[in-house]
Amino acid sequence: MSTITEIAILVLAAFVGFEVISKVPNTLHTPLMSGTNAIHGIVLLGGLLLMHEAHGVLEHVLLVIAIMFGTINIIGGFFVTDRMLGMFKRKPEPEAAPAEEGGVAEPKQVPSAGSDGKGA
Amino acid sequence: MLAPAVFLQRLNFIDACYIVAFSMFIYGMSGLTGPRTAVGGNKIAATGMAIAVIATLLTPHVLSGSATPWLIALGLVLGTAIGIPTALNVRMTAMPQMVALFNGVGGGAVAIIAWIEYRHRFGGLYPEKTEIPTLFAAIVGSISFWGSGIAFGKLQAILPSRPIKLPFQAFINAGLFVIAVASAIVLASGTHSQALFILGVLVAAALLGIMVVLPIGGADMPVVISLLNAFTGLSAAATGIALNNTAMIVAGMIVGASGTILTNLMAKAMNRSVPAIVAGGFGGEIAAPARGDTDRGPVRSTTPDDVAIQLSYARQVVIAPGYGMAVAQAQYAVRDLEKALEAKGVRVLFAIHPVAGRMPGHMNVLLAESQVPYELLKAMDEVNPEFQRTDVTLVIGANDVTNPAAKNEPGSPIYGMPILEVSKSKSVIVLKRSMASGFAGIDNPLFYEPETSMLFGDAKQSVSEVTAAIASL
Repeated sequence: MSTITEIAILVLAAFVGFEVISKVPNTLHTPLMSGTNAIHGIVLLGGLLLMHEAHGVLEHVLLVIAIMFGTINIIGGFFVTDRMLGMFKRKPEPEAAPAEEGGVAEPKQVPSAGSDGKGA
Repeated sequence: MLAPAVFLQRLNFIDACYIVAFSMFIYGMSGLTGPRTAVGGNKIAATGMAIAVIATLLTPHVLSGSATPWLIALGLVLGTAIGIPTALNVRMTAMPQMVALFNGVGGGAVAIIAWIEYRHRFGGLYPEKTEIPTLFAAIVGSISFWGSGIAFGKLQAILPSRPIKLPFQAFINAGLFVIAVASAIVLASGTHSQALFILGVLVAAALLGIMVVLPIGGADMPVVISLLNAFTGLSAAATGIALNNTAMIVAGMIVGASGTILTNLMAKAMNRSVPAIVAGGFGGEIAAPARGDTDRGPVRSTTPDDVAIQLSYARQVVIAPGYGMAVAQAQYAVRDLEKALEAKGVRVLFAIHPVAGRMPGHMNVLLAESQVPYELLKAMDEVNPEFQRTDVTLVIGANDVTNPAAKNEPGSPIYGMPILEVSKSKSVIVLKRSMASGFAGIDNPLFYEPETSMLFGDAKQSVSEVTAAIASL
């Protein structure tokens, strides 16, 4: 692949990254950071690709460490994210049947200006 | 008729797998942005990762050599054996340091790979386009590894969480940066003593990573972790260019881009700029507090029984949690309190400051763990107008995010940071271990205001006592 193609891919990927993140609710910032954190474990591929070219003990040891690091990054990242997100799952509560976001069963008070769900 | 077959033949199977993999990363990540699709999104991204790894292992020559498959297997097995138990056993409250740790090992892998790349490809033989990305990856990966290590140490309380400052810090950092870049330039232009200079690059960048994170105080830590996360992403993308690997380019870059946005969002929430945070943490000026501590006036302390009475007769109660709730593991006790109050007909809201805790969304994760309904969690902008009609605000282990000095005292280090305006409610009860100041090391005038009373003690125990007292009313 030519350098220019690679840079084009790089730039497009940057825009995808910007676009995807710009509409995330605060609540999900931690799982999101953790999830993206797992994705950069992709560096593992670098370790895999280089192993057969390695010479000498030092390089082999370093690459085993790199592969180990990459694997910890990926596995740890995805598992931790999964655990965190599992906590956001709504438990089947009986009264949670009506609308999801805005008007969930508040006690019957006069709906003051603040209860409009996701404004701002 | 023939065209599709030819097309398929030309389309390399491995590359096709990579395209599938990075599509799944992007699709999975967009899933992560909604509460309902997030779990699935994460699994999709993980599947994409598995496809990318398997495709790489199927690449010609990757498993060639008698020892290669075993060494690769060794690395994978070790990583899995360490990663899974760590991820499954970590407590939710320790999440920030886990993210720092996983981020750090990613950066470490990048630095090692760049080093090996360098040893192989450039003995003056390949002064090609791959050189600059490799050197970039070496510098940034090394910063990320060591910086994350320090962040982990601080959050895990192995290192003191207060800012650690050296004299001439800025000069030292600038010097290290110059050394790292200069060594890289020497490497990129000359052909002499590569081994030495690449180590110079890695070591100078390592010291820089350490020196940049050491002076950063607890309150700025989330921003720094997010920044380092973006760094690791960028360095992974650079490694991808060096190795001609599309999956790495795309995955690394979307992490780099999204991490940058996230870092900015977080810095904005604190009304600080990222360069200001990197240049030195909060608390750099604690030596000169805006006013002496003496003229603050007396502090009123209260008892769980009094708090219980106040809460039960309130119409609306806002709970503002902070890092103290995480440390005390009080989220379940807080959920019980919320239920007890609801049973009495009190409307309860949770006020979530964007940087409460040590990560954005830290409080949300903890409260979700204890099954507080999602609808009760209100972001700062939503909840600030509510304080005026709130009878009692319960501040649980949150200090800096409720500190009125951020609004009223231009001399304060956190001046300008948006806060939860808890003092607008009729009364404020602050649950706190002692009168020590928060992570930022700044005194909080809120504690001395006439409508504030303090309930000293472990947050979990205090909340449980209040709940018990409410039940017995």
